[in-house]
Amino acid sequence: MTEVAEKLTSKDFSSDQEVRWCPGCGDYSILKQVQTILPDLGRPKEEFVFISGIGCSSRFPYYMDTYGMHSIHGRASAIATGLKATRPELSVWVVSGDGDSMSIGGNHFIHLLRRNPDINLLLFNNQIYGLTKGQYSPTSEQGKVTKSTPLGSIDYPFNPIALSLGADGTFVARTMDRDPKHQQAMIRRAYDHQGTSLVEIYQNCNVFNDGAFEIYTEKSSKKEQTLMMEHGKPLVFGENSDKGIKLDGFKPIIVDLNDSSVNDLWIHDEEDLVKATILSRFYDDPSKGDHFPRPFGVFYVNNHKDTFDKLFNDQIAYAKEKMGKGDLDKLIAGKETWVVN
Amino acid sequence: MIPKIDKDIESVVIRFAGDSGDGMQLTGTQFTNATALHGNDLATFPDFPAEIRAPLGTLAGVSGFQIHFGSTQINTPGDQSDVLVAMNVAAFKVNIKNLKKGGVIILNSDGFDVKNLRLANVPEAQNPINDGSLSDYDVKIVDVTKITRAALAESGMTTKEIDRCKNMFVLGLVYWMYHRPIENTLEFLRTKFKKNEAVMNANIKVLNAGWNYGETTEMFANRYTIAPAKMESGVYRGIMGNQAAALGLIAASVKSGLPLFYGTYPITPASDILHDLSKYKNFDIKTYQAEDEIAGICASIGAAFGGHLAVTGSSGPGIALKGEAIGLATMLELPLVIINIQRAGPSTGMPTKTEQADLNQAMFGRNGECPVVVIAAQSPSDCFTLAYEACKIALQHMIPVFFLSDGYIANGAEPWRFPNSADLEPIEVSFAKERAATDDKFMPYFRDEKLSRPWAIPGTKGLEHRIGGIEKQNVTGNISYDAANHELMTHLRQEKVDKVADFIPLQTIDSGEESGDLLLLGWGGTYGALRTATAQLIAEGYKVSHTQVRYINPFPKNLGELMSKFKTVVVPELNNGQLVKIIRDKYFVDAIPYNKIQGLPFMSHEVIAKIKQILD
Repeated sequence: MTEVAEKLTSKDFSSDQEVRWCPGCGDYSILKQVQTILPDLGRPKEEFVFISGIGCSSRFPYYMDTYGMHSIHGRASAIATGLKATRPELSVWVVSGDGDSMSIGGNHFIHLLRRNPDINLLLFNNQIYGLTKGQYSPTSEQGKVTKSTPLGSIDYPFNPIALSLGADGTFVARTMDRDPKHQQAMIRRAYDHQGTSLVEIYQNCNVFNDGAFEIYTEKSSKKEQTLMMEHGKPLVFGENSDKGIKLDGFKPIIVDLNDSSVNDLWIHDEEDLVKATILSRFYDDPSKGDHFPRPFGVFYVNNHKDTFDKLFNDQIAYAKEKMGKGDLDKLIAGKETWVVN
Repeated sequence: MIPKIDKDIESVVIRFAGDSGDGMQLTGTQFTNATALHGNDLATFPDFPAEIRAPLGTLAGVSGFQIHFGSTQINTPGDQSDVLVAMNVAAFKVNIKNLKKGGVIILNSDGFDVKNLRLANVPEAQNPINDGSLSDYDVKIVDVTKITRAALAESGMTTKEIDRCKNMFVLGLVYWMYHRPIENTLEFLRTKFKKNEAVMNANIKVLNAGWNYGETTEMFANRYTIAPAKMESGVYRGIMGNQAAALGLIAASVKSGLPLFYGTYPITPASDILHDLSKYKNFDIKTYQAEDEIAGICASIGAAFGGHLAVTGSSGPGIALKGEAIGLATMLELPLVIINIQRAGPSTGMPTKTEQADLNQAMFGRNGECPVVVIAAQSPSDCFTLAYEACKIALQHMIPVFFLSDGYIANGAEPWRFPNSADLEPIEVSFAKERAATDDKFMPYFRDEKLSRPWAIPGTKGLEHRIGGIEKQNVTGNISYDAANHELMTHLRQEKVDKVADFIPLQTIDSGEESGDLLLLGWGGTYGALRTATAQLIAEGYKVSHTQVRYINPFPKNLGELMSKFKTVVVPELNNGQLVKIIRDKYFVDAIPYNKIQGLPFMSHEVIAKIKQILD
């Protein structure tokens, strides 16, 4: 990483292209937070690369004055892996949506997390297909009425956080478009993590799925419906921070802090995969009674796994050290030759 | 012991055939190496089932390896064999029709027992060994299994382990028959089994037993001497097509100074390129076995963006999956080599059988107007030359290039007078230079005289830019839906391919006169068969010439003129007529298609018969 001589500003990261998302789209907020964070990283902008697939979110690279590629549907993770493997010194970001990463690119998504290259994946989840004008997505809730499902979708949705943990992701977090501070914190931590960082961002599509996350983002319900996780802190939520999560064996229970001590609560430990897995399953339909609040923050971090790009390049270095730099003429000649006079 | 008679012969075709577990491919490869070292010209044809272990003893499980070698020029593995080595009834039954009348059959009698006869569906009470049906041939019945077991009786190995050495007995015997040097196989066995001395010794013992069997039994009265071929002077090695392709890629990487990235997914018959490349990490060769075909090419596109020499490789079904990404690479105007080792299709088709039916796929298999460069190797060693050439064109024109090979040349072997790396054409590559804030804005789609755009790799100061699959404005690279611009860009992408014609060699006549009654115009792996057929036709007085097209998109600039000197043009292809349509469309030549779609290469006698039918 090269040191930057003068401090860049968010403006330095804005390209000259007119932003063409629908007015009111949650994507604007994400673009702004990223452009706010990047100057703080102390890194020259030529080292940043944003790669996207297809979908509304995937227009993102055009608006960033960095290197970028707007590729094909679902494949950004694969392209980014090839770039990061060969150019490990770059800061590589993937911008993708729930259709792009959970549906057509599902295979690349799980393999990205499995291999763990040092890539930051921002998953804009709006639970709908926006660019194709409003079909249900693999994260849409069952029963969703859309243009392609007039009688309601019969598909069960994917849970991107659980999927990421299942694929052995080493950094798994969730945030929302309407909470800039939290979003910035998550993006920053994703950048700092060595390995693949998955940040699921609840993003409102005000045209085709308006208010999908209202219950988590609106002041009136946010505190009651969300669980803001912080490492080393008890899991507390509720309008007056009067509720908490306790573990009874492996079974989470909601307790009323008026009857129960905060000292008995589950202390969030980002490095505990089992607990992260339990938290990832706080995925109930919020309209149903007795549901758990939806967690936001870092579910899980594993700092002990080498990155793919490191292992990939270490092996090249090892081969060079062990076998010496290759001699092309020797290689072409092979082991056995004969002379014809 | 009666004295053995040594006969000088010019060339011979031997076919080793057995069950797919009998080690016939290994036997053939060893024999090939020994023959190459002996200085004969040669060509080989491995012919094996897709199943790793098809049901034992069945017709479906027969694995064959044919080698044609001689003291004269050898262009093909031979239409028919002079010698058939059959390890069991099934191998015999599948291959007997391709044995010349009067040819030698070496039979493993233990493979002709009741069980094997039943497995090979031979009617009851019939056995080719003793029913008189082989009176036209010179039959040598050898108890290979029995002798091998006897030789290793004291080895302490199980019967199953002992039986695995059978192929070494046959190899030793055939080595003796043809005066082949045995040393390289001994060395091979010592290396292969260095961790298992018992198995090493057993194999060596059986190999020698086979040799001694020839020496001592009266059954083999003749030995054959085949003098080294009069080949162009120089240093030679044996080479297989996929091996050569891998070496060509590595050479291009070294000569361009760019590390190589090979993103791929295993598929028959292309996987050997991955296997080979993965051994040479010390050459800065980076192989990536992706989660699927699409990820393989996409990772390569990422590597190309980052400034590596990027290659992806597959066979037809995999190329089908890569189609969209090839379109992306075309729009991005990044260098990318796409290797297709063709096999019989469509769909899964016949994975281990050869075909040339993916030319249309390479030329047209994408959405939109999406031209790419297409070149095709004509022989195993030519895979080196054209893999190198594919990289050179891709890098110097900032363009995707298809390199076509096929299962026949990929697995076939021939002697190769390999080049010195210093004699390879240089590959000059330069990345766009960094810019200061005061410089003019960087234009990612500004074109040079070849119409190629600058290669501006991430990490270069001042060149930050965005590329993508959406149509872009020429010069600036910004997204553009402008009608006139789209047409302009479509034409530019086509012209860029067309311009490659200025940088490739002119088409030449391979054999025959510059004009005449008929031109055989082939492409790809049919080269050897067409060359042999042409030589024969010329010898019989026909005014026939042969040319093999290696650069298909664009064609060499003189191809039309070259064809115009002939009254008739025939295009033989292992497909249902693909190149012929392009030729007819482009040059308005009334070219005659000649097609074979059997998963097998052309036999030269078939070609000769066809040409005579056209001319007579």
